Amino acid sequence: MNDVALALRQVRYTNRSFWRNPTVAFFTFLLPLIFLVILNALLGNDSGQLQGGEAELKYFYIPSMVALSIINACYTSLVMTISIARDDGVLKRVRGTPLPGGAYLFGRVIHTILIALLLVAIIVTFGAVFYGVEVPVKTMPALIVTVVVGAAAFSALGLALASVTPNAEAAPAIANATILPVLFISDVFVRLDDPPRWLDILGDIFPVKHLSEACQAAFNPFQTGWGFEWLDLAIVAAWGLFGVVLAFRYFSWYPRE
Amino acid sequence: METAIEARGLHKSYGDLEALKGVDLTVRQGEVLCLLGPNGAGKTTTVEILEGHRNYDGGDVAVLGYDPATGDRGFRARIGIVLQNAGVERFLTVEEVIELYRGYYPHPRPLDELLSIVGLQEKRQSLVRRLSGGQVRRLDMALALAGDPDLLFLDEPTSGFDPEARRGAWEMIAGLRDLGKTVLLTTHYMEEAERLSDRLAVIVEGRIVAEGTVESLRQGQAGTVISFRNPAAELPEPLRTSAHVENGRLIVETDNPTPLLHELTGWAVSSGIELEELRVASTSLEDIYLKLVGSTPERARP
Repeated sequence: MNDVALALRQVRYTNRSFWRNPTVAFFTFLLPLIFLVILNALLGNDSGQLQGGEAELKYFYIPSMVALSIINACYTSLVMTISIARDDGVLKRVRGTPLPGGAYLFGRVIHTILIALLLVAIIVTFGAVFYGVEVPVKTMPALIVTVVVGAAAFSALGLALASVTPNAEAAPAIANATILPVLFISDVFVRLDDPPRWLDILGDIFPVKHLSEACQAAFNPFQTGWGFEWLDLAIVAAWGLFGVVLAFRYFSWYPRE
Repeated sequence: METAIEARGLHKSYGDLEALKGVDLTVRQGEVLCLLGPNGAGKTTTVEILEGHRNYDGGDVAVLGYDPATGDRGFRARIGIVLQNAGVERFLTVEEVIELYRGYYPHPRPLDELLSIVGLQEKRQSLVRRLSGGQVRRLDMALALAGDPDLLFLDEPTSGFDPEARRGAWEMIAGLRDLGKTVLLTTHYMEEAERLSDRLAVIVEGRIVAEGTVESLRQGQAGTVISFRNPAAELPEPLRTSAHVENGRLIVETDNPTPLLHELTGWAVSSGIELEELRVASTSLEDIYLKLVGSTPERARP
């Protein structure tokens, strides 16, 4: 079998495992939906300034929860599952077989990207059925590209962070501590109408705001184009490459001693 | 005979701690070699270097002709490893995990054969997370054998087993030798070492201090141990000086048991003393091992 076939085989088995662990599957899918319901209930019918004009904020919250889903399914969950697999010795065992490490990790990443796509499909459907935010047709290619680029980049960052987590117990705290503050300054939970300049700049540095903005473009009711936000996507992709480099340099298959 | 593992002058340090101070070890093809040593002696470090899980600082190593530190897929395809604490995907069934691992190797053993070697046919549909500790260890063995390896590393394969499960595992490991596999085994159980291994190597403080068959290690040691419960009366000379007390038992080691027993029992009968729990045995591997690692029991004058 060549390496790609081995990686795809890994995806199949990872997927089977994933759905058999109901708590993980449940919360991966439920968490963004809970946020979506709460945020829409609180603010969804208020109006706000979007790119191009005034609109109800549900047009903001659906795409921002799409961004959150991607981050939750890829970044947070990979940091945790990889840290657990390392502590349990699953990674060490795999390392002792002829399976190339890259094929194993690539399989994990492909799987999380597929989960992210499914999760986004659920959010978009949910938004259309319950909130009347119609499924974007013209901007659908842009949305799919955004989700794939975002999922790949945040998976790479997840692997990078998993490279430095000391153990599985610390992984959730580290994952949350690194992502939550960034989420708050990145147009995800709160819309930044007129943020302090330093906060604005800080948000521009990290990839979350760019991912969120690329998602917003696909749902913006004033959107007239195809919705590709190339600059945002490029910045997200650059962060992803940075993650790949870090993971290559620091990834460890062995529990820390 | 060809060698499966050849290590010369293996060195490894962790910071200031010199874990391996020049380990020399040879494992011949088709033999079961047991590596013994106290915790912290460098056993795990040695084995992990040979498995390719750890780098070494100096020396020469060849495992199946490969340098394990740079060992590529060809090397990993020919070894099987049973680690002490290695997890398995918990939400897959036994046969799914074995299938998954079979797929990693160019020439895997058939699934049914693996299940029957380790005796998990009944559990093939069970999720790994529902298996008992002993069953997981058997699955470990099945995964290590999945690629039909030439060389197996078994790191304390029966720790935590009940006596019956241990017997089963011993049969399985003995069966591996019959399949022509080379096995490097580590264990804390002397009975296991004696029963399974063709040769033994003892590592102490980062060096191999003895290597050979149980018989060859026994040479140079007193061949027989006579022991009995420490009597109230004082032993006559020269018995008194050659004996020591351990756990309330008097122990005499000797190469000439017959005259010594004659003298001992003669003294006991004439003094009207019963030698309670009198035992005469050839020196056990445990005795030899304890001597080698230097933790000789405290000697006390009876």
